[in-house]
Amino acid sequence: MARYVSYRDFDWVLLGFVLMICGLGVMEIHSATVHTKFAGAHVKQVYWVLAGVGAMFLVSLINYQALLDQIHWFYIAGVASLMAVLLFGQRYLGAKRWIHMPGGNHFQPSEWVKLILILAVAKYFADMRQRELSWGDFMKAGAIVGIPMLMVLAQPDLGTALTYVPIAVMGVFLGGLQWKQGLIVGLLATVAIGAVFLVPRVHVLKSYQKQRLTSFIDPELDPQGSGYQVEQSKIAVGSGGLWGGKGSQTHGNFLPVPQTDFIFAAFAEEHGFVGALGVLLLYFIVLMRLTQNAQTAPDRAGTFVVMGVVAVLSFHILVNVGMVVGFMPVTGIPLPLMSYGGSSVLFMFLALGMVMNVRMRRFVN
Amino acid sequence: MFGRDEKVPEIRLTAAQYIILAIFLVLAYGLWKLQVMESGYYASAAEKNRVRNVPVLAPRGKILDREGRTIVDNYPSFSALLLRDSSRDLAGDADLIAQGLHLDPDEVRARIRRFAAMPQYQPIFLKEDITPDELQFIEAHRNELPELDTIMAHRRLYPRNGFMAHLIGYVGEVSEDMLNQPQFELYNPGDVVGQSGVERQYNTLLMGQNGSRQALVDSHGREVGRLGETEAIPGKQLKLTIDIDLQIAAEEALAGKNGAIVAMDPRTGEILAMVSGPSFDPNDFAVHVSRDQWNKLRDDPDKPLLNKAIQAQLAPGSTFKIIMSVAGWQEGIAQTMHVDCHGSAEFYGRRFGCWVKGGHGEVTLEKAIYQSCDVFFYTLAEKLGIDRIAKYATDLGLGQKTGIDLPNEVSGVMPSEEWKIKNFKQKWFAGETISVGIGQGAIAITPVQLLRAISAISMGGRMVVPHVINPTDMPPGYVETEHVTDVKNVPLDPNGWTFITDAMSRVLLPEGTAPSAHIPGLDIAGKTGSAQIVSLATRAKFKNSEDLAQNGWFVGFTPRRNPDIVVCVLFQGGEHGRLAARLATQVIKAYVDKQRRTPTKMVEKPKSGGTIDIGGLWTEPDSDGDKEKLQGGRFVLDLPKKPLAMAIAAPGMNQ
Repeated sequence: MARYVSYRDFDWVLLGFVLMICGLGVMEIHSATVHTKFAGAHVKQVYWVLAGVGAMFLVSLINYQALLDQIHWFYIAGVASLMAVLLFGQRYLGAKRWIHMPGGNHFQPSEWVKLILILAVAKYFADMRQRELSWGDFMKAGAIVGIPMLMVLAQPDLGTALTYVPIAVMGVFLGGLQWKQGLIVGLLATVAIGAVFLVPRVHVLKSYQKQRLTSFIDPELDPQGSGYQVEQSKIAVGSGGLWGGKGSQTHGNFLPVPQTDFIFAAFAEEHGFVGALGVLLLYFIVLMRLTQNAQTAPDRAGTFVVMGVVAVLSFHILVNVGMVVGFMPVTGIPLPLMSYGGSSVLFMFLALGMVMNVRMRRFVN
Repeated sequence: MFGRDEKVPEIRLTAAQYIILAIFLVLAYGLWKLQVMESGYYASAAEKNRVRNVPVLAPRGKILDREGRTIVDNYPSFSALLLRDSSRDLAGDADLIAQGLHLDPDEVRARIRRFAAMPQYQPIFLKEDITPDELQFIEAHRNELPELDTIMAHRRLYPRNGFMAHLIGYVGEVSEDMLNQPQFELYNPGDVVGQSGVERQYNTLLMGQNGSRQALVDSHGREVGRLGETEAIPGKQLKLTIDIDLQIAAEEALAGKNGAIVAMDPRTGEILAMVSGPSFDPNDFAVHVSRDQWNKLRDDPDKPLLNKAIQAQLAPGSTFKIIMSVAGWQEGIAQTMHVDCHGSAEFYGRRFGCWVKGGHGEVTLEKAIYQSCDVFFYTLAEKLGIDRIAKYATDLGLGQKTGIDLPNEVSGVMPSEEWKIKNFKQKWFAGETISVGIGQGAIAITPVQLLRAISAISMGGRMVVPHVINPTDMPPGYVETEHVTDVKNVPLDPNGWTFITDAMSRVLLPEGTAPSAHIPGLDIAGKTGSAQIVSLATRAKFKNSEDLAQNGWFVGFTPRRNPDIVVCVLFQGGEHGRLAARLATQVIKAYVDKQRRTPTKMVEKPKSGGTIDIGGLWTEPDSDGDKEKLQGGRFVLDLPKKPLAMAIAAPGMNQ
């Protein structure tokens, strides 16, 4: 019954745009680190991208439907690995996010849990038997994402925990969210976020999170803390002008971590509005292409998988670029495909591997 | 109902696309707002936005003498520094900078490279103590070279002409080698730290903690505001046990000569003066020492960089006979020994000569000491054997570091059978013992070791650790110097050391080896020595060379009982101990003259009870009864519990 799966159906256009973004990222990492102690990071980034592309091809070979049938085991393994981090994790800068692996490597489980959640949510909604979402489905979908999210929050890693939210939101939205439900949940979410913003002394948040939120609301209050970073980022972006400038913010050490979280600010400073808009356009094309793949997916589950990836990617871009232009608080979320870092790059390519997987089987069945 | 294959409603996917579009429009608006609408504001903000960390240098602590007189002070000067937080191509500007500051461009570039791993807000020090025309150059190039700046620094001002240079040491930029050592791990490249002497030993105290000022500067390097300032914590001042007056006397005595003079208070171990010659001027190093100048100092055969008081390892010559005498007495051999000296004697088939060719005739221990008879001590050495000699010499601290609080003290060598086997895989030859008996052969010691050993003998076996600071002058919690007050008691027979020191007091009398060093009215006990320059191999190499002039030694103390100063002189190429003795007596005389001038010796009357120490000199008939002999000693008066009945009212006085 099944047609032979071929790389002719691989989305080469999508890969092309993705690699263009990666290329710009590598270029900017080089420019931002060339005279610092991080010099040479761009070479490592190239290796990560190559490794990512390899991983992507591998993932695209395994039938996603087979993966979905086994997803409960993956989910259990994911939760177990988060538990392992909490129990045996490496404490670094006040948070336990890493596990030491044999051979001197570090492993950050919260990244691959993101991938598992995309699949788990897809599986849940694909198996749903009615058109409209009941409150029970709502709770179950919330629990699937909520349990690992609370564990990541306990690390504490607010940024990564927040990236799990759009997976659930996208699932619920596509799975048949009713207007009434949407209104109620939206209202509740607004109240919750409002409470966090207006009462920064909430005990749930760690002090560094409070500080980030406080300084987001009024950067002037805290010129050397997170507010300082936002202010420096805005100056970097703004001084780039239409066509880009000499990059004194990036090279003068004013911009914090210009190769990771603030890479978009560094790029915008050096290449101006034209360059920054160009990058946004590339991301937009990638997202539209992904949505198109979701439409042509062979089954409901495939659509949910691809849209899960779309949700995570859009959320990352929204929060990261939003932070760089001063619309969002500093949360420590990298810009996918551009920011320096192995875990982030690998996650994106594994996710793209899932997308390719779905696309290559679009004529199957 | 629908099955697994039913698609997700198209309308929802389209809605998702519009939501994404909306997000991107918002972000694009954010960029538009910052980069187009407000770009002018942010461009000027970026211009103004240069926070510069300017270090505020902490002055080093002063170094004072025991009476609080300043020996080492600071003076203000300007240093040129390179700021690396500007986005300029530093290596490209290196040529112009080097030209203006009279530096080597390659050196400047190497420096920039060396600091590459440091945080960027830390500036590089390019040149210290710049001249007015270099300062002018920096001011004139503020626009072309905004990365170049100046800073006021406190520079070390050392006494001129190498006065006390070895003891004080000097400061310099911390080297990479030093940074790799654990005790320097807290320092950063560019820090100025003590490189030798007291400056190095007590660097952590003397060095303060630099502060910093966060200045807002514009793109031309002009300061436009200030964010904050952490003040520098100045270094602590250090009070030495050195007495400048005595140091001057010692410096004058050794002026123009090779060698060392050390004076110490034998009761406490406080070093009162320490000179090594020839000297060097640490002020030359305080700014920047050129390679040529450094090599010249390093390769000078007179070794001006060596503190010979603690780093010269030489044969002690006849001064070692005092240690021999102690060993012989403690073993019950020397006191009854009689030797007939004919100018030489044969041991193990080899002839050993005495320095008096005609011989000393009938010699006892006393005469052997003040006449320095070699044959007597050859015989004693043969009877004692090397291991018994080594035992007493080692007990008295020879061949070991004294523990003085100065860096790079050397230990010297006190040979023994075990030492020979361990180091040469050879058995000790009994013939070698004979040379050791007069302080020649494999034995090598430092002046401060000899000083400490003789000091211990003069104090009846009480051996102190020489030191240049008094631990009670140190800030609370500073434990590194606590060991200097340790005292070791070497058990000595009181009859022995008194007999030996009495004999030593005749060395400067007409019958002794150094009568020309005698100073009337001073009761000095001492011993001269002259030693061939040690190594046999060296002797073979420089056959008949001028370099083979003998080293003169003298070690002595005053008064003979309960001495309060002991002096050791090494006069390299000084031929004979009596010349060294003259240098020593100059120092001792300066000490005694000062003691007599200052009224500090007044006895304070105890309120009630207690004791009073009174020292004194007197003469008494010799045991033969035919001539008088000078004696020195100390009386302890017990005071009654009741106040002394004084003659408050004398006859004729009105109440």
